[in-house]
Amino acid sequence: MKKLTHWAVSALTAFSVTAATNVMAEDSPVPDTVNFTVPFGVGGGTDVWARFMAPNLTSHIDGEPTIVIKNQPGGGSLTGTNLFYKRAKDDGSSIIGTSASTLFPYMLGDKRVRFKLDDWTPILASPTGGVVYVQPNLGVASSKDVGKLLDQELKLASQGPTRLELPILIALDLLGADVKPVFGMKSRGAGRLAFERGEATIDFQTSSAYIRNVKGLVEANKAVPVFSVGVMNKEGNIVRDPAFPGIPTFEEAYFTVHGKQPSGMQYDVYRKFLAAGFAFQKVIFVPSDAPSDVLAAYNKGVREMIKDPKFKAEAAVQIGPYQNAVGLDIATYLSDAVTISPEMYTWISDWLKAEFNYKL
Amino acid sequence: MSVFFSAFDQVMSVMHLSYLMLGVVIGLVVGIIPGLGGIAGMSLLLPFIYGMDPSVGLGMLMGLVAVVPTGDTFTSVLMGIPGSSSSQATVMDGFPLAKKGQAARALSAAFLSSMMGGVVGAIVLSVFILVARPVVLSFSSAELFMLTLLGLSVVASLSGGSIFKGLAACGMGLLVGTIGGAPATGDFRFTFDIDYLYDGIPLIVVGLGIFALPEIVSLLIRNKAIASEGNELGQGLGQGIKDVFKNLPLVGRSSFFGSLVGAIPGLGGSVVDWMTYSFAMSMSKDKSQFGKGEIKGVIAPESANNACSCGSMVPTILFGVPGSGSAAVFLGGMLLLGIQPGVSMVTTHLDLTYTIIWSLALANIIGALLCIFLTRPISLLTYIKFSVLAPIILTLILFAAYQATRSLGDFVALGGIALLGVMMKSANWPRPAFLIGFVLSAGAENYFFQSIQFYGDSWFSRPGVQIIGLLIACGLLLPPLFKYLKKKKGGNTQEQAPAVAHYNADIWIAMVFLLTGVVFAYQIWEEQMLTQAFPMMAIGLVVFSAAFVIYEYMKNRRMVAATEVRQGLVYVAGFFIMSYLYFEIGFLVTTFVFTLLFIYFFAKGGVVKSLSISVGLLTFLIVMGRVMSVDYPEGVLDPYVLSVINLI
Repeated sequence: MKKLTHWAVSALTAFSVTAATNVMAEDSPVPDTVNFTVPFGVGGGTDVWARFMAPNLTSHIDGEPTIVIKNQPGGGSLTGTNLFYKRAKDDGSSIIGTSASTLFPYMLGDKRVRFKLDDWTPILASPTGGVVYVQPNLGVASSKDVGKLLDQELKLASQGPTRLELPILIALDLLGADVKPVFGMKSRGAGRLAFERGEATIDFQTSSAYIRNVKGLVEANKAVPVFSVGVMNKEGNIVRDPAFPGIPTFEEAYFTVHGKQPSGMQYDVYRKFLAAGFAFQKVIFVPSDAPSDVLAAYNKGVREMIKDPKFKAEAAVQIGPYQNAVGLDIATYLSDAVTISPEMYTWISDWLKAEFNYKL
Repeated sequence: MSVFFSAFDQVMSVMHLSYLMLGVVIGLVVGIIPGLGGIAGMSLLLPFIYGMDPSVGLGMLMGLVAVVPTGDTFTSVLMGIPGSSSSQATVMDGFPLAKKGQAARALSAAFLSSMMGGVVGAIVLSVFILVARPVVLSFSSAELFMLTLLGLSVVASLSGGSIFKGLAACGMGLLVGTIGGAPATGDFRFTFDIDYLYDGIPLIVVGLGIFALPEIVSLLIRNKAIASEGNELGQGLGQGIKDVFKNLPLVGRSSFFGSLVGAIPGLGGSVVDWMTYSFAMSMSKDKSQFGKGEIKGVIAPESANNACSCGSMVPTILFGVPGSGSAAVFLGGMLLLGIQPGVSMVTTHLDLTYTIIWSLALANIIGALLCIFLTRPISLLTYIKFSVLAPIILTLILFAAYQATRSLGDFVALGGIALLGVMMKSANWPRPAFLIGFVLSAGAENYFFQSIQFYGDSWFSRPGVQIIGLLIACGLLLPPLFKYLKKKKGGNTQEQAPAVAHYNADIWIAMVFLLTGVVFAYQIWEEQMLTQAFPMMAIGLVVFSAAFVIYEYMKNRRMVAATEVRQGLVYVAGFFIMSYLYFEIGFLVTTFVFTLLFIYFFAKGGVVKSLSISVGLLTFLIVMGRVMSVDYPEGVLDPYVLSVINLI
């Protein structure tokens, strides 16, 4: 027992030494301690992303502020985001990290949303891509056979009608596929498990999850990728995802089936939710009423961070091979992405009602 | 095989061991403090994880995950507060044992069985992980639904005398569990436009309300020490260890079952303790002591919950789908360490997997030893006059409840459930039935609709479904059959089971249930089929069973025993006022003032005692706030106090 106690003591000492080596701040506009609100539980996708970002932010922002992650889960991120809107300090010591499930309810006019994105300045956005894949026994040997999917009923294990799967459901419907979503999955991971069990016949994962968990299935001939959602280039066109150069985009798949480019209201709505859900998958916001030198310090920090080769290498593993978006432009892009015209709103609300009997 | 031993070598290095110890110590601390659990401990460690050597980091996380279900036994046994959702069944017999002055016995038995459960779990894991993939994949939504039914069938044996009270309580639990989003459609139900209810009521709040608060109320009414029957201090430590060795088969069965349930993603650890509890009960010859202080009722769930947390590593490591709340956090830690879960963990990274398993086993042993070491001094708490402990326990409960969603809603929900709990306790309604219904509600509904949508009508013909169905039938039919045969053979060996006791509170509880059923039915009447089907079934169960309780009550009106509920209700009203003050005035200030006044006037503790206890409690809260970055309701006064403290 004595030995055990000795170990305990040495372990505790090791711990307290690590804890005590907080770098003292120099003169810098950013406060010494920054509270980074994560409106999700510990260990989830957004949490892991934030915890990866936090130490990198610390080392690149002047004054090396200590960044404390505050998890405030609930309401699919709405609870924590609402609280942040109400309580965030205006000195730049409060920042928040959001995800697609924060932006979608905002766009769909969920009555629980009490925050205004216009009052915040985005300083960094991490994009992601995504891949749709099917069971090999559907007669689809490669993405060229996408047309064969249209003759059969497809089952997709989904979290809910207004969750991250929304743009995928819109896209598959636009393609002409007969998709029967089964709702109530706890996570995208649970949806993939249903696919692996053979219950779901079609599934979709974001890039990092696809690389981590589905590539192996594809190699073992247990899944066939059909299309990716692609990425947007500088001209605003969708091009093939650099992470999956061999997988055609949805637009290409549509062309294979219908012989023309997708267009019209449904495609516009798809592009809206695609941008909000994927191009702006994870965003770090600072309240806009923070002093301008603080905002400038944040912007300078993230700019240096994304140029750091060490960060680049690690980010490629953690988030995927995408360029994090920084700078003042993302504010414009983001506010454009989350603004839904009245016509679009009517369309999406009718579509949700007709397809899934879901009332907005 | 060589990988197996080289991993052991790795684990035994000083570096690895010291971080493992750190994980264990933090795991015990957050385990002992109710409401925190593995998730809070992980948040404490995660900032240091990033950039660590993977095997060392894994050891630290594992040390933490493994011992949380060990440490949380302290409050379950000593104060009747379920420390986390995995030790709720331990309260059932652990707390009565403490009341008999046998806290040390219950605790040492619990820790030893935790240790064994953990080690068995690690052994099962080390073999199972190699072949688990097809097994885990064979559990589809249909089998998961049947498993939730298996869990629900436990209610029958936990209902005590009246099966209708049990069914009504279980139905009520199911119904309360449907508050929030409907899994099959995404519609929201029974939210009454209150934001808090959109996510449903958190499990920890329900557990505290239904068990802990009613116990506190009844102890306050008696106002003696928890251990009311005299006993030598600290006696029973050895007795508890002997108890475990006498019940080794039970330990083995429970651990094995626990690790399997943990290995299946989607069911979660919060029900495994109840299932093993009821198995232990239905398999013992003498059931009369269960719920009154039966050591088997402590051994079974404690073996199971540690084994379960080992088992939950299977889906986490193999599929990247966490099997429980703390496994989810562990998964996050793995990702931060740059380890990708998946098949590669049993092929190219088998060494890491065995490092995890060795760390698990080791952490379980170290954690249990530390706890046994602490048992004697900590059990002394049960000999303190309860009114001195009451403000401390109340603060701990409010603290725990507030960690659920950090809103006033946690307190209100806690009070509401406690109201139900106090009434049910006084009239001897089976509170576990309510809790089991609540825990399984979401799973039962979700997996039912999923299996119908995936398989149509053919889901019933799946072999797995039929095997579990058979198990359920055996569990329900065999015990009455045995009883019948025994009676026939033995003639007059035992007297008839005592007639169900009726209390005058029965009629009130049944009425409240009926009324709730009607209000909820009215609320959901207009919704679409998939949204309302499951709540309607629960409402049917509640209304039908409550009506039967009323009928039985009317029939036996003359035999009704009086119960004293009013006093309990007054205390619950007091709780509402107090929790409101805690929220509005400020958690820290109210804790200090309330504890001081309560101990000085109510417990007649004198100036020194009341001051030292309240200062101690305040210091504890402030340290917790600093170290674990825990938040409290700030209220009006706390910001001032905090700004003064921050100057120091």
